[in-house]
Amino acid sequence: MSGALIELKSVSKRFGTPSGRLSRLFGQAPAPLVHAVDAVDLAIKPGEVVGLVGESGCGKSTLGRLVAGIHPPSDGTVLWRGQDRAGFDAPALKAARLGVQMIFQDPQSSLNPRLRVAEIIGEAPRVHGLIGPEGEDAYVDAQMRRAGLDPSLKRRFPHQFSGGQRQRIGIARALAVQPEMLVCDESVAALDVSIQAQIINLFLDLRAELNLTCLFISHDLGVVEHVSDRVAIMYLGRIVEQAPAEMVFSRPNHPYTQALLAEVPRLENRSTRFGAIQGELPSPLHPPTGCHFHPRCPHAMPRCRTDKPVLREIAPGQHSACHLNEMA
Amino acid sequence: MTLEITDLHTHFATRAGTLRAVDGVSLSVDRGEVLGLVGESGSGKSVTGFSVIGLVDPPGRIVSGSIRFQGRELIGLKEPELRQLRGNRIAMIFQDPMMTLNPVLSIETQMVETVRAHAPVSHATARERARDALGQVGIPSPEERLAAYPHQFSGGMRQRVAIAIALLHNPDLIIADEPTTALDVTIQAQILAVVQRLARDRGTSLLWITHDLSVVAGLADRVAVMYAGRIVEAGDVDDVLDHPMHPYTKGLIGSVPSRNRRGARLAQIPGMTPSPLDRPQGCAFRTRCASSDAACAQEPPLTEPQRGRGLRCFHPAEAVA
Repeated sequence: MSGALIELKSVSKRFGTPSGRLSRLFGQAPAPLVHAVDAVDLAIKPGEVVGLVGESGCGKSTLGRLVAGIHPPSDGTVLWRGQDRAGFDAPALKAARLGVQMIFQDPQSSLNPRLRVAEIIGEAPRVHGLIGPEGEDAYVDAQMRRAGLDPSLKRRFPHQFSGGQRQRIGIARALAVQPEMLVCDESVAALDVSIQAQIINLFLDLRAELNLTCLFISHDLGVVEHVSDRVAIMYLGRIVEQAPAEMVFSRPNHPYTQALLAEVPRLENRSTRFGAIQGELPSPLHPPTGCHFHPRCPHAMPRCRTDKPVLREIAPGQHSACHLNEMA
Repeated sequence: MTLEITDLHTHFATRAGTLRAVDGVSLSVDRGEVLGLVGESGSGKSVTGFSVIGLVDPPGRIVSGSIRFQGRELIGLKEPELRQLRGNRIAMIFQDPMMTLNPVLSIETQMVETVRAHAPVSHATARERARDALGQVGIPSPEERLAAYPHQFSGGMRQRVAIAIALLHNPDLIIADEPTTALDVTIQAQILAVVQRLARDRGTSLLWITHDLSVVAGLADRVAVMYAGRIVEAGDVDDVLDHPMHPYTKGLIGSVPSRNRRGARLAQIPGMTPSPLDRPQGCAFRTRCASSDAACAQEPPLTEPQRGRGLRCFHPAEAVA
């Protein structure tokens, strides 16, 4: 896709090292290899919010970290503004890294408990030379106000704040280095409903104000539907469906997406009969052959056990990786 | 009536003062009925559950009120009498199944122990019952899985084991404290399916404690909304969710993304839950409420605006008949 801010091309991430010659010589069992992310293609345009949905262990957080540059990919290339990030020299890499900031699920563990809020928010812009020493106070105040925090609290420590406020500190910190893109990894999952609504509103406001690009990772389909322009559904390291948000939610194509949507409890659905999808997410250590979803899929055919389905466009903008689409 | 709680007060004596975790809660659960007890962190919903099953530890104390289980008063029961009921007639499922399961004992040991604690049966019979219970909650090859240890199960399977243990004695009441909160959507749906079948087939009553209104919508018959230690609104699920009358309930429903136009700002509740040590006088919600006025400084009385509906508010939204 041209004009993408960031583009992943057949990116994989494996954890665990293939056993070396020495350990093989001594007959040691090879270390297990986890394919956390398996040849994923994803392009995100400037100003776009892409929702990434999947169950625990599907590799969505790892994909987020690949985008943020926290993990280097094992295979494939990450293009930042059309250029391979692996080929960047140190200053360019630094700029590209600053361009993508991450907001984590648990602000408790992602904020240094021994630093005051002013330092947490002000440190990175100071170190990166975005602000001079004389402007730091005013800059931190402005960042805090933008995230809905009272600047008079900046001498406090993270533990003196509530969960929602801590998440605001995390957002203020991420935005303090003026990134072009945010990776939000389950950023509202741990919050109470009313606080979650406040943080989502803050996020929507900031997005409009700063024209932020965003990868919004969540297992909560309701939240993803609300904030995303486009949605990618992940299952065991692969993206199985990718389409504009309204399309995914109104006309899901992949059987996994359909099952997932059917299981989401909604306020409108009373006296639901739960339990359409059977089985559990298989271990990523031993993913099923062919289509990863075939053991749980109600439409599985012999072919699904052997051939890996490729992600192909089935309708304008809608991509799905399922053999059923080739039957018609 | 399986469970009837009247004006329950459970307080915690802390150094900073008395923490009124449960501050005058009244609710009832009929036979085979599912009551969803909804609230945010710190609203006192879990302590309400713990109070019923007698698991409030010092410095917590049930100060006053009444908890009647099948007509029998539970408050003031001696520990041996409570033990007769606990795990037998009343069972509890927790958010984290590792709270219920002993990590160093096999599932068989734990389940057989539970069976024999309340029924004078042989080890073999107890084992059979355990196996059947595992089968009922949908654990594949229960015979082999009996020998496994908790760490050998996935999170969803562990929760099923915890539910199987809760089912061993066909309890009349199950108190479930956020049992699916930590689980994935598909696993949550499987667990809900198990629980739903139970309530229907066996007439087991359920007190389902959760923060998730959407789960309650699909599962419960009635819902009670808790805020700052009190139930502010209760009634049939359809009535409460379709026509909420308390501003807090309205706010909670408005905060659910699917209730809003995609990409639009959510109808948020301003501010946050007050500290239980420092609650506003009168209606605890008045500092966050758009329609509060001078009257709200007084404690709003419990009213019954409709049949089967309970409300604590001076300025309710109009109910649609």
